[in-house]
Amino acid sequence: MSGALILQDLRIDQGTTPVVALNQSVAPGEVLTIMGPSGSGKSTALSAILGTLAPAFRQQGRIILAGRDITALPPHQRRVGLLFQDDVLFPHLSVGANLAFALPPTIKGRAARRALVDAALDQAELSGFASRDPATLSGGQRARVALMRTLLAQPCALLLDEPFSRLDASLRSQIRSFVLSRIRQKGLAAILVTHDAEDAHAAGGPVISPLGQPVTL
Amino acid sequence: MIWGGPLRWAPRFTLALLVVPVAAGLLGTLIPAFSNDAKGFRALVEWPGLWPAVRLSLGTGLGATALSLAITLLLVASLWGTRLFALILHLLAPLLSVPHAAAALGLAFLIAPSGWIARLLSPWATGWTQPPDLLILNDPYGLSLTLGLIAKEVPFLFLMALAALPQTDIARRMQVAHSLGAGKIAAFAVAVLPGLYRQLRLPVYAVLAYSMTAVEMAMILGPTRPATLSAQVVIWMADPMLTAQATAAAGAVLQLCVVIAALLLWTLVERVARRALVRLAEAGVRAHALDAFARGAALLTGGLTAGALILGLAGLAVWSLAGLWQFPDVLPQSLSLRTWMRAAPDLVSTGAVTVMIAATATALSLALVIACLEAEQRFALSPRGAALWVLYLPLLVPQVAFLPGLQGAALRSGVEGHWLAVAAAHLVFVLPYVFLSLAPAYRAWDGRIATAGLALGASPARVFWRLRLPMLLRPVLTAAAVGVAVSVGQYLPTLLIGGGRVETLTTEAVALSSGGNRRLIGAYALLQMLLPALGFALALLLPALAFRNRRGMAVAT
Repeated sequence: MSGALILQDLRIDQGTTPVVALNQSVAPGEVLTIMGPSGSGKSTALSAILGTLAPAFRQQGRIILAGRDITALPPHQRRVGLLFQDDVLFPHLSVGANLAFALPPTIKGRAARRALVDAALDQAELSGFASRDPATLSGGQRARVALMRTLLAQPCALLLDEPFSRLDASLRSQIRSFVLSRIRQKGLAAILVTHDAEDAHAAGGPVISPLGQPVTL
Repeated sequence: MIWGGPLRWAPRFTLALLVVPVAAGLLGTLIPAFSNDAKGFRALVEWPGLWPAVRLSLGTGLGATALSLAITLLLVASLWGTRLFALILHLLAPLLSVPHAAAALGLAFLIAPSGWIARLLSPWATGWTQPPDLLILNDPYGLSLTLGLIAKEVPFLFLMALAALPQTDIARRMQVAHSLGAGKIAAFAVAVLPGLYRQLRLPVYAVLAYSMTAVEMAMILGPTRPATLSAQVVIWMADPMLTAQATAAAGAVLQLCVVIAALLLWTLVERVARRALVRLAEAGVRAHALDAFARGAALLTGGLTAGALILGLAGLAVWSLAGLWQFPDVLPQSLSLRTWMRAAPDLVSTGAVTVMIAATATALSLALVIACLEAEQRFALSPRGAALWVLYLPLLVPQVAFLPGLQGAALRSGVEGHWLAVAAAHLVFVLPYVFLSLAPAYRAWDGRIATAGLALGASPARVFWRLRLPMLLRPVLTAAAVGVAVSVGQYLPTLLIGGGRVETLTTEAVALSSGGNRRLIGAYALLQMLLPALGFALALLLPALAFRNRRGMAVAT
């Protein structure tokens, strides 16, 4: 399920202004960091890879994930996972239902799905939290549920949209290492969008601007 | 994009569903009006009541609209940000859900010579021991009709203003204007009103068109000799003489022209008012002295409006339970369930028809509206301004102008008199309100939830059914309650498309109103009011129950 994420001459224009120009290959387990000030096209690049780019933008080039050309696929068929700045847990579902929502429909049977959810909670040190209301969890707990939910969907690549910026300093490094270790362990190609040099440094991979220029930390 | 299918066509289909009946109905009214050498118009011109009827339509319509708008703006301007404002918000839904007929009947019980107000003042203040022989109800100037219209339109305009306020940036603008030295009213008029009114225009036009042409309210509260033009058109339509049909059609066409003329006049006044506002702003008006007066006026007029509605409805309830109740007793000597028991079989069967029609029209409207909004989101459509006008079309074109034509079509196709045909006619009026009620919440829903769902591999359909719809349960149910309230309140479509054979609580209550059985009127009107209220209660209760363990789904206060 893992494989490289290749952005082949991916170019996005808003009107006549280029906002994204990337020609990059991200290996499994590698984290590519895109840095830049807000409004510089970081999120636009992510929407293009996700398949949710607004029609106002013009997109050229190809996106290839694990050998599959996903450029024209609808978002839900791309197998590209996403972590937001906020956890974006579904507020009307329990923690367990949030996780179960992500399980592919190919996993059949209540018991089998339940077991996978429980295993994911165990890994996040949240055993027994399945029936809890997500609104009653702490920030760190919610961040871990969000990551486990993303991983349960068995994505081939992971996009991280400033996922640590809302966490307080003590939690930040803890959640960051939790996320990064999962990425390496699962061998996922990942792209991290951030404006925090420490995040970029911890990610360990190449650091570039939305227009493809290398950024020095 | 790659996905599409029927959903993409939902907005166009829905708009056509609103335009076609109105256009076809108008055509069906125009043809008989002008056929036979325009005989209908000749008969119309010869009718001695014509000019008084037109004058009444204009006077009550313009008067009710101007006063309703003034009261609404006064309330928003002087009470915004106060605790009282929050209280009004809670009162709004129940007041809005009161059908026009029930409101009019309640008001009639209140202000009639033998009504509650006269009883409260008699005999100690008035000396009356018998109901006085005064023409308060059905007064020739249409004053009680205007009052009734105001009581119903202020809650509507207030709700529309509430929906528009967030887009006017009221908090910051008021702050800036205050810091520049303006009083509350001056700050509101100069900094907020222009933006707010832009959003209120279509609702105000709808109120104007409705107030000029309301039939059931005019029948209950309006003058009788002559009646308002629209009420007279309906009287002609019910006339067994065939020639009266042509007169009715001609009257309907005239009514349409009068409404268009009034709308043009209104837009003219808008322009003058806009200039005046600019002058005031340039003159640096502060008007601090105005604030206390405006607050008093807002409290008085707003209180009177809500009070008249609430007391009137209470009067309906008391009458339906009254045993012997002599003038000038304030309360009946005894209470009994006799009226309810005796009327129970009829109330149940009429109520069942009412619910069936309302449920069908609301369910279809809701499905269409959700399909439109979902298409808008999925295909990133941005609705043009024209679409909003189409949405308001059934509310702007007078019912008497296009329903008779539609009735003709129903008659020819053989569907007249079937409750499904009535439900279809209700759809035309229910759908715009359901859309207006649901659209803000639907569009404001956090799009990241959908993105998160899609990124987890859920199809757009799954995102819709498992995430969007459940999370929007509260606004969806509220929109459904609005739809039920609108359908239950429909009089003319029910009467005409039902061919008099489909009896709902509203048609029965209006039919009873000309008779003298106050207890029975009370029972019908009360039930007519209780159905929408029940809808709103469910819309409040069910989400609270479903999400009782979900703090993230609590109502933001």
